[in-house]
Amino acid sequence: MLGYLSGFDNDIFDQFERMRRQMDRLFGDWSGATGIRAMAAGSFPAINVGASPEQVDVYVFAPGIAPDSLDISLQQNLLSISGERKVELPENVQLYRRERFNGSFHRTITLPEDVDPDRVNASCRDGVLHITVQRREEVRPRRIEVS
Amino acid sequence: MSESKEMKTAESREMQARTEPDVFLRPAVDIYEDDKGITLLADLPGVSRDRLDVQVDGNTLAIEGEAAIDTPANMEALYADVGATRFRRSFTLSNELEMDRISAELKDGVLTLHLPKRAELQPRKIEISAG
Repeated sequence: MLGYLSGFDNDIFDQFERMRRQMDRLFGDWSGATGIRAMAAGSFPAINVGASPEQVDVYVFAPGIAPDSLDISLQQNLLSISGERKVELPENVQLYRRERFNGSFHRTITLPEDVDPDRVNASCRDGVLHITVQRREEVRPRRIEVS
Repeated sequence: MSESKEMKTAESREMQARTEPDVFLRPAVDIYEDDKGITLLADLPGVSRDRLDVQVDGNTLAIEGEAAIDTPANMEALYADVGATRFRRSFTLSNELEMDRISAELKDGVLTLHLPKRAELQPRKIEISAG
């Protein structure tokens, strides 16, 4: 029916899913300390963060939001994203379900400490905001040649 | 060293394929009705038009889509709210809806479906004539 699965690399999402389950297990009956800025599961917008030696990639799942209405800032390694999604329904309708997030939001996430706030890139496609922050060169693993 | 790591990854991937079923995300929806019909809005972030599939089979409406997310090859997960890229949700429709005239729009990861009611079944206000 849908032929798009072939050739699409899902490995990273397998990884994301394992991590999410781990976090569920960890925080489900967690009575210890959590991150001071951590938010409850199901918060809007959902965020994934991935890292490679060169850069940190942040994916913000923000459907139905005009990119220019988002306020994104990076202070040192603290990334903060805020905005508003107004779901306006016509008057005089019978409402059966209202599950989609409606209102203003603000999320702050802590990125690895070696990100370079001067080298940030953000793009938006199909309701997913993709922020790429380069990491500082000096902390990248370097191959040491043995002479 | 790198060889053994590769083997281990392949092994764990195989184990995972055996034990874990396909993971689908359930998109959040708003549904409302007026005189003309029913409107459904679904959040499908990352799903483009060519990766979206809306089907009516009998009286079942099925929405399926896959998010396309660019990820660098050597990326490792640091934090995750979302653990899958495939969305799926279905609804049972009723007969007064005109299945052939369902229309769909997709914008910024939000799907809007209009499910019109048959004209003859749209409610008519009954006028009471004076007299």
